[in-house]
Amino acid sequence: MTYLHNIGAYFLMIAEMFRKPTKWSVMKTLILKDIDDLIIGSLGIVAFISFFVGGVVTIQTALNINNPLIPKYLVGFATRQSVILEFAPTFISIIMAGKVGSFITSSIGTMRVTEQIDALEVMGINSLNYLVFPKFIAMLLYPFAISIAMFLGILGGMAACVYGGFSSLDDFITGVQLDFTPFHLTYAFIKTFVFAFLLATIPSFYGYYMKGGALEVGKASTTAFVWTSVMIILFNYILTQLLLS
Amino acid sequence: MIEVKDIHKWFGGTEILNGISTSFNEGKTNLIIGRSGSGKTVLLKCLLGLYTPDNGTISYDGKIYSELSNDQKRNLRAEMGMVFQGSALFDSMTIAENVMFPLRMFTKQSKSEMQDRVDFVLKRVNLADAHSKMPSEASGGMQKRVAIARAIVNKPKYLFCDEPNSGLDPYTAILIDNLIQEITEEYNITTVINSHDMNSVMEIGEKIVFLIDGSKAWEGSKETIFKTDNKAVTDFVYSSELFKKVRKMYIEENE
Repeated sequence: MTYLHNIGAYFLMIAEMFRKPTKWSVMKTLILKDIDDLIIGSLGIVAFISFFVGGVVTIQTALNINNPLIPKYLVGFATRQSVILEFAPTFISIIMAGKVGSFITSSIGTMRVTEQIDALEVMGINSLNYLVFPKFIAMLLYPFAISIAMFLGILGGMAACVYGGFSSLDDFITGVQLDFTPFHLTYAFIKTFVFAFLLATIPSFYGYYMKGGALEVGKASTTAFVWTSVMIILFNYILTQLLLS
Repeated sequence: MIEVKDIHKWFGGTEILNGISTSFNEGKTNLIIGRSGSGKTVLLKCLLGLYTPDNGTISYDGKIYSELSNDQKRNLRAEMGMVFQGSALFDSMTIAENVMFPLRMFTKQSKSEMQDRVDFVLKRVNLADAHSKMPSEASGGMQKRVAIARAIVNKPKYLFCDEPNSGLDPYTAILIDNLIQEITEEYNITTVINSHDMNSVMEIGEKIVFLIDGSKAWEGSKETIFKTDNKAVTDFVYSSELFKKVRKMYIEENE
């Protein structure tokens, strides 16, 4: 019953988030601040992880292709496919569920504990619109972070491949360009937009409706991370089935 | 004036407010007192519209809150100021930004007009040089005064304070009490304070409502509380030897 109640409350929260909009001059500032906190502030970790995981994907692929009949350029092909289809949109989103999701839950949860949300409500402000809507808008720029993850993942793969001596630069680039299907990028960005929505709203839900004190803020952050990750994995499967099969 | 009629509020199977009826007068400092768990905060949150009573009505200057449209409720709330127990300042904003916040949200004033108003209210609460400080850099007493400044910046008709001097030293607590009373008289605000501080009761309680287990057990003023024979009130208010002596002296002086 609790799960059903939470699902209902989540959808009511989404509906409420779009009602009674906050004054644009105030909202503009909030959106810019959230873009800075959620997107710009995450680029460093996204870049670091993408580059090195791209490298690891390449090395593992190269080490597993030991049949002399399989051309070397397939390492570049496999890296591109892994990074664009799965690693950048999904793996990075799981990382972001930890980084951005915890930040959202703990910041909103702390506002709940310290009665700042009550203060907004008493003033006649739609606190859900004030707190969650700017995060939702900021996360619309999330595909920008994922584009960087795709580029750096392939770049990291290329560096690992060439400097590790697994294939030549030309072979790797040939593989990256081989049999490119533009729809795969569309698929990746459709997933990214769905994940962005989940990343903005699920942690907000757990922060906004939390009860208790500082300890519960920590628990809410953990729960938010778990459920955001679960929903990302679930939607990843559903969207892949719908769009690629 | 705020009128409360037969308010009931349940949480789960427990009745927290049990048919409270009273009124809070304009331009007066009204106190809700009672032991911890007596329902003071729930009553205050019902007055603020944060909780919806399960039964009964609350009316503001004759307008019943539950019968108002959402827009009317929002407009009414814009006329309320609230000082929370923990101040509830927005910790991502400076003190000046906190105080300016209601003006940014609800008025069309220019930045210089808003700045002038913020300067005025911060000066009024003796925080003229604290504009650029963050709430985390302010002491408990300063945070309470900033919360008062934020509550009055938009010239509210109703001011609500949840234990405004809890956790403060006696000197600062009296300063806060006096400040609230002065502001109430100055702007003719209907002020409702939730407190179990007996100094506040003696100093500023122009109207006092005493709650026990969610029911109104007594109501009166700081003058009548000295004379009352209501055992529940005397047990609560005069629980310390000091206040027993104060009461005795007051009665002797007035005989």
